[in-house]
Amino acid sequence: MSRIEVKIGGFGGQGVILAGMILGRAAALYDSKDATLTQSFGPEARGGSCSAQVVLSKERNLYPCVTRPDVLMVMSQPAYDKFIDEVVPNGLVLYENCLVKPGPLPEGCRAFGLPATKIAEDMGRKMVLNIVMLGFLTSLSGLADVGAMRRAISDSVPPGTQGLNQDAFNRGYEQGKALQDRHDDS
Amino acid sequence: MSADPKGVLTGVHFLDGDHACCEGALAAGCRVVFGYPITPSTEVVERIARRIPTVGGVFVQMEDEIASSIAIQGAAWGGQKVMTVSSGPGISLMMEHIGYAAMTETPCVFINVQRAGPSTGLPTLAAQGDMMQARWGSHGDYEIIAISPNSPQECFELTVHAFNLAERFRVPVMFMMDESVGHMTERVVIPNPEQLKIENRQPPTGPKEEFLAYRPKKNMVPEMAPVGAGYKIHVTGLTHDERGYPVMTPEVQHGLVVRLVDKIRKQRDQICINEEEQIEDAEVVIVAYGITSRVVLRTLQMARDKGLKVGVFRPVVVWPFPEERLRQLAKQVKAFVVPELNLGQVVLEVERIAAGDAKTILVPHAGGGLHDPLQILQVVEEVLR
Repeated sequence: MSRIEVKIGGFGGQGVILAGMILGRAAALYDSKDATLTQSFGPEARGGSCSAQVVLSKERNLYPCVTRPDVLMVMSQPAYDKFIDEVVPNGLVLYENCLVKPGPLPEGCRAFGLPATKIAEDMGRKMVLNIVMLGFLTSLSGLADVGAMRRAISDSVPPGTQGLNQDAFNRGYEQGKALQDRHDDS
Repeated sequence: MSADPKGVLTGVHFLDGDHACCEGALAAGCRVVFGYPITPSTEVVERIARRIPTVGGVFVQMEDEIASSIAIQGAAWGGQKVMTVSSGPGISLMMEHIGYAAMTETPCVFINVQRAGPSTGLPTLAAQGDMMQARWGSHGDYEIIAISPNSPQECFELTVHAFNLAERFRVPVMFMMDESVGHMTERVVIPNPEQLKIENRQPPTGPKEEFLAYRPKKNMVPEMAPVGAGYKIHVTGLTHDERGYPVMTPEVQHGLVVRLVDKIRKQRDQICINEEEQIEDAEVVIVAYGITSRVVLRTLQMARDKGLKVGVFRPVVVWPFPEERLRQLAKQVKAFVVPELNLGQVVLEVERIAAGDAKTILVPHAGGGLHDPLQILQVVEEVLR
């Protein structure tokens, strides 16, 4: 892995930045990679458009920006519409499919949807949808070590919610794994 | 001396630049912070507010930036290491007191996480538009030190250094972050306290009755006694003699102001820190600081892949400017290309120093984003054509 660019997009308040933080922390602290997280948001506290960019690499990351994501994970339609054309050919697109209706994809891209909002609601906590999506990302992208992700989640979520978040991660992970297996079979 | 272990969060962390800056301040021994939170510097004081009471310090959210910038100076005279934290709109309000700190030789650190201006501009987006304000923003002749980090790791290390320089030279140090570095998160390694070099202001060495609060020592910096320790101290923004008493003559004005300027300008070799990349055979040198110094490393890579003889020069300390080294380079290279997230500030200094020996070309950007490395490469190619 020389350099992988990941973009995560959604609405402010969905935990977009936290998702980027967890991915970066897993890679930088527990998976001996270099990780740079940058973020983009407006002056509003919630509801505005928001994105997190993570650059992962084996060597020291010099250039901090994501320009052509290899992996795009989106949790809102505006984020999908805004970022889809940036994805590299043969890139990976993951979307929350209660909130995003995907359109035409860049050449060779694989796209996978997950009803993460519904999964999170079934768990009684809609706010863990970002963690469900991270589980999905981990199984389908192979970007980060599962153990590293689990440790990073525990470090990053409020005390007392670790169990809930690990459960959310596992649910997304399993769904992704099932899809991956089906994809590999076909 | 080494750092007070209380303030040092030794370990490997995943921190953004704002949080790393907070940890740098605590490691340096800063125990008093007054501020008025503003995006994109808010995370610095959020963390300070949480952390500083645990190491025996105090944070006060003040009524405004004007109060913050002078209250810290009271605490500095009380013997504390101090800082305030803001962004453009707040820093503009602090200008009067930055001049006061320069005139009264009060060691203090001003963190400026730059956002795009003028006025309230783009609160959540990066710019480097305050570089000249940092140097010239207050009235009268004076010098400050300005440092421009380009990563969270440097936000930690160079904040420690900013405090060291403030203490050594008794001068306000402007810590010129920007939104992009402040909100960028990377691995940050904080060493053991004994691995950190911490400097403190020079305390009085002679008898109390002979102490003169503004008598310079060999390094042009006076010894500093804390208020209340039995030394005679008078602090004023008026032109003052070695006792600190106002004297309204051109001679005293000359002696004082020239020293305030010279203690920085004439000791710049102790202050300047530069980084150079592939400069030996370079025909064009890109001069960049802060976040832009990372963007241009991509440009450098692209240029070298094309066989172009390009190098990068980065002033880590921007003020005082590394005149001598740049003057040498001007004689060696065809041109300096200077990308900045402003419409031309530090480029003026580069052009002045190049003095016609090398062409100087600005690559402007009004802020709100970063340069495209390709755009800078195109300028480089044009110069080499």
